Amino acid sequence: MSDTPINPRPRVGLFATCVMNAFRPSIGFASAKLLEDAGCHVSVPAAQTCCGQPGLNSGDEDSARALAKQVIEAFEDYDYVVGPSGSCMATIRHDYPNLFADMADWRKRAEALAAKSYELLSFLTDVMGVTEVDAEYHGTITYHDSCSGLRSMGVKGQPRQLLGSVKGLTIKEMEDTDVCCGFGGTFCVKYPEISEKMADDKLANAAATGADTLLGGDLGCLLHLAGRLRRKGSPVKVYHTAEVLAGLADGPSLGEENR
Amino acid sequence: MEFRSPEFKTRAVHALHDANLQKALSNTKAGFVVKRAQAAAEMPEFEALRDTAAEIKNHVLANLDHYLEKYEAAVTAAGGHVHYATDAEDARRIILGICKKANAKRITKGKSMVSEEMGLNEALIADGYEVVETDLGEYIIQLADEPPSHIIAPAIHKTKDQVADLFAAAHNKPRKTDRAELVAEAREVLREKYFTAEVGITGGNFLVAETGSSVIVTNEGNGDLTQTLAKVHIVTSGIERVIPTLDDLSVFLRILARSATGQETESYTTFSTGPRREGDIDGPEEYHVVLLDNGRSKMLGSRFQDMLRCIRCGACMNHCPVYGSIGGHAYGWVYPGPMGSVLTPLIKGMDGTYDLPNACTLNGRCKSVCPVRIPLPDLLREIRHNQFRQDMTPKRQKQALKLWRYVAERPKLYHFAERIGVRILASMANGKGKLRSLPFDPGWTGARDLPAPTGRTFLELWQAKRGDK
Repeated sequence: MSDTPINPRPRVGLFATCVMNAFRPSIGFASAKLLEDAGCHVSVPAAQTCCGQPGLNSGDEDSARALAKQVIEAFEDYDYVVGPSGSCMATIRHDYPNLFADMADWRKRAEALAAKSYELLSFLTDVMGVTEVDAEYHGTITYHDSCSGLRSMGVKGQPRQLLGSVKGLTIKEMEDTDVCCGFGGTFCVKYPEISEKMADDKLANAAATGADTLLGGDLGCLLHLAGRLRRKGSPVKVYHTAEVLAGLADGPSLGEENR
Repeated sequence: MEFRSPEFKTRAVHALHDANLQKALSNTKAGFVVKRAQAAAEMPEFEALRDTAAEIKNHVLANLDHYLEKYEAAVTAAGGHVHYATDAEDARRIILGICKKANAKRITKGKSMVSEEMGLNEALIADGYEVVETDLGEYIIQLADEPPSHIIAPAIHKTKDQVADLFAAAHNKPRKTDRAELVAEAREVLREKYFTAEVGITGGNFLVAETGSSVIVTNEGNGDLTQTLAKVHIVTSGIERVIPTLDDLSVFLRILARSATGQETESYTTFSTGPRREGDIDGPEEYHVVLLDNGRSKMLGSRFQDMLRCIRCGACMNHCPVYGSIGGHAYGWVYPGPMGSVLTPLIKGMDGTYDLPNACTLNGRCKSVCPVRIPLPDLLREIRHNQFRQDMTPKRQKQALKLWRYVAERPKLYHFAERIGVRILASMANGKGKLRSLPFDPGWTGARDLPAPTGRTFLELWQAKRGDK
């Protein structure tokens, strides 16, 4: 993707994913900072809630459609919709148009929104042309490729490129970095034993790199992996990539005790 | 074949604790994935061939009646017989009839997943025939009295030691542990069976309409011996496996082995066109093709038609981290992994197959390697929609979805509820940053802590700071 911004200071509606809104506000602030540093005007529409993925993936298309309409109405006036999640943004970009296959008006609006919806880091690099950030993080990180970001949104090189510009940070790639961590939305509570095995496979690969920090671009995966690490008593820290890139990874990591 | 998909959850947990299975899975998982990636990378036109293969299949599916008639006419012209079986029972009846007419006692079999779908072995054995699987993996699991756990590597769940035990018990010979010696022993035992069997049954990877040929690809050559040495050769295949021409076949042969095992080509690609002709030095006296429908024609023209492109390479399961964690038996029927999780509910019905499309994280790795570009995650999600519409979704989950929708459609209520929720969770965590248990735990804290929220939602903090609307 090499879309050039349609105006020099594009108005971006920040999609505050439901999990981020509840569990990790710092990812929202990190996203806003990165977007503003890149020259965007950032707004957070108060009328937003959920992208509709829980219904969509559990067979409840009507619920997904209802929530999709709400997202379309809340965001369609912005130049771009950007969110710190490959998963929610893939839903908006790829699933919304299909949800309205039989409703020409809504389909048009869904397609228009889909075309300007981006995952945060790929938006920064591919649209805004950001090549480096001004941040410091002293540690060795390994990066988990979350599936929706990787396969539906083409997020792979972008986070690595930006992380490469963070002072003090070393990247160590793990084996099978593109294999699912076992979160999978409701999968992780419906099939907890399989989910646990997949998490342990992922974390064994991460541990083999010797990294002290695990990063990723989807908070669902990160809550799942951090939860498993904390249960096992591991000291490995877990942050969202945006927190590190924005220099906001100075507080407790996910699941870590207040310092 | 026994239908055990309803027990998916318990069988999956059992598989996770089966040390031998876990060892076997970890030994083989990496091999297939790495080799496929190398094979694909070494062929610049690989991605384009995947597109071509999908187009050929789409064309066939849009004109399936035409190509089946063409294929049947070509088989008949070559002196063979085509039989259409509407379901498994019909197929068993047809094949038992052919075997009876041939006065068969011993039947050799090459690998065929369609014959598993037919429940053929059980029916033949019940009628008094001796059935010998000749594919090494199939032979191993026949000795173990187990169904295949993978569509191209049926005994992938067995370790070498387990095979050594099975052979020692079945062959009355000293126990061997060397791989080559084990293979040699199986070859010796099987060789005699080929020469004495009256009927040889094989699968059919491809059915070429222009020539009436059935094509199998194997690595052991067992299929050749099975179909050449018996008096009667029966091919079992699905109605969707027909392709127009030999040129089309060359496209599939170039992607099948690369996708399946990472080989450039299998050791043997074998064509059968009718029975032995005058002057042929070998070959069967009779040649039959039994084409199974078993729900396939219902998939035509439905939202699941894409599934009929499947060429049974196994790449989806090789790349599926769920399959890699639990192996094939947990899925409980003939076809495991992603393709099986689509096919089983469509063929066996929605009853008892609830877990199959749900036990998937929709991570999309299967779709990214499918040689005929079947959108497996989309099809799995489509089955979930059917389950929901047919009111098969568990009540608790349905209520949760309903509540979620009710709240999420009301932004003010939603943000109020999230504000309350994060305060409660944060105070429960009491500065520890995590929760070890939850009062209404949906299944999160069995194996993981819940990283605790910090006490304020992003939106309330943002609005306090920026007063944004």
